[in-house]
Amino acid sequence: MDNISFDLDKKPLREVNQLLHGDAAGLNGKSFTIENPNGAHSIAVGLKSDVHVTIKGHAGYYAAGMNQIAKVTIEGSAGSGVAENMMSGVVHVKGFASNAAGATANGGLLIIDGDAGLRCAIALKGADIVVGGSVGSFSAFMAQAGNFVILGDAGEGLGDSIYEAKIFVRGKVKSLGADCEVKTMDAESKKILTDLLAKSGHVDVKPESFTQYGSARTLYHFHVDNAGAY
Amino acid sequence: MCGIVGLLVKNQTMRDNIGELMLPMLIGMTERGPDSAGMAIFGTPVANDARKFSLYAGTDDFDWKQFEQAFEKSLNAQAKLEPKTNHAVLTTSHSPEKVKTWLKTHYPQLHLLSVGQLMDIYKDIGTPAQVADRYDFEKFKGTHLVGHTRMATESAVTPAHAHPFTAGEDWCLVHNGSLSNANSLRRKLQKEGIEFETDNDTEAACRFLQWRMREGDDLETALNHGFDELDGFYTLLMGTKNALALVRDPFGCKPAIIAEHDDYVAIASEFRSLAHLPDIKNAKVFEPSPKEMYVWTI
Repeated sequence: MDNISFDLDKKPLREVNQLLHGDAAGLNGKSFTIENPNGAHSIAVGLKSDVHVTIKGHAGYYAAGMNQIAKVTIEGSAGSGVAENMMSGVVHVKGFASNAAGATANGGLLIIDGDAGLRCAIALKGADIVVGGSVGSFSAFMAQAGNFVILGDAGEGLGDSIYEAKIFVRGKVKSLGADCEVKTMDAESKKILTDLLAKSGHVDVKPESFTQYGSARTLYHFHVDNAGAY
Repeated sequence: MCGIVGLLVKNQTMRDNIGELMLPMLIGMTERGPDSAGMAIFGTPVANDARKFSLYAGTDDFDWKQFEQAFEKSLNAQAKLEPKTNHAVLTTSHSPEKVKTWLKTHYPQLHLLSVGQLMDIYKDIGTPAQVADRYDFEKFKGTHLVGHTRMATESAVTPAHAHPFTAGEDWCLVHNGSLSNANSLRRKLQKEGIEFETDNDTEAACRFLQWRMREGDDLETALNHGFDELDGFYTLLMGTKNALALVRDPFGCKPAIIAEHDDYVAIASEFRSLAHLPDIKNAKVFEPSPKEMYVWTI
């Protein structure tokens, strides 16, 4: 496989991103390395072909945002909004991720080996997210679809106003948000969890060690008893 | 927006280069704060009874020589003056209260930025690179520093509205964020006899902590009161005579990232400002948790 290396100390990020946005036929199957990312914002955003981009260090805000098809590996940490609105493909953060990781992601897989900050998986729309560490408060707020696996602990207000996304937590949950409740893990959910653990490099972790959370669906329809609250 | 930077140097030999180490940090925060910049540097302490007064004149043609003569003549006091264009550090053993009164009476156009035994403050409007160049930030020597780049969102762009703010000797604060209850805080504190210089929300936070500490709180207790009473978004970085302290609001709305290394502790709004520090690859890089207090001492 061809490997092309870019050094952000020498080449402007805009040129690198434009190159990575080129014609898919010419890019498919290629791999790229980005040296000296040094926390720059918007590295490898909007990719839409079958490439593998490795970021050799810490990335800034919105890294690999809107990703389609491509695989992006960040060897350091990621700033706010990593893989936000991802449609497909795989984004793998080997360090920690800041706030709003995987926000509104529609599809694909986001793997974070370390911790994730606040509001991880906010408004998740169908992607899968696996966090090796813990997540901050208000994670999975209004998460609509997709699966969210947390190997560590979760902060306050997990899954507030959640729709149909599934949350699996192995550690402690500081508090659940409105309308989020413990679910009994059925065979289908267990299979989803087992597959995601395998895909994200956690084959030894037992799915039985997780608790599943989801929507109690009490906020789906207007309740006349709540009229005074508006 | 706004950017914050802090650097505390543990390695004795690197303390002579603290300015050089910090400069790329401050410039790295230009996009977050292009309209003003400021820096508090904690250097070698002056003699026990002496104080340093950081003075801002506003214009480059201020006659510092004449000021120095007038000061020595009318107060019959020894003084050392180190001017840098529109700014000077005045060192004297004369009583701080008397110096302040004299300044107010004779040079009301001078803005007193800070009083202390170790800390000098520089702040002005302009890009971080311009402000750093104006005051030779690169040549600073010292143990620790607190810097800020400002993008004003709630009050005017003037030198007085730039950060850091001070609340007492050798104590300063910079802020990234905005407070929604700054006006009510200010009214409350004014009733307690706390004086304000600007309508800036950060000054309200700074005076709040000053008031709490005046009432006997230590910094940690004062900040815990702050969590209850400061309404808004904030990452606050504070400098004291021997420490840097950092807090983020309970919702973690504003960023911060920390690099702990054997030789230094560096704090910034974003990793961009830490990337060029020596041996950063071997530093422990992490995000501080919201509503927790982090303190590093020299």
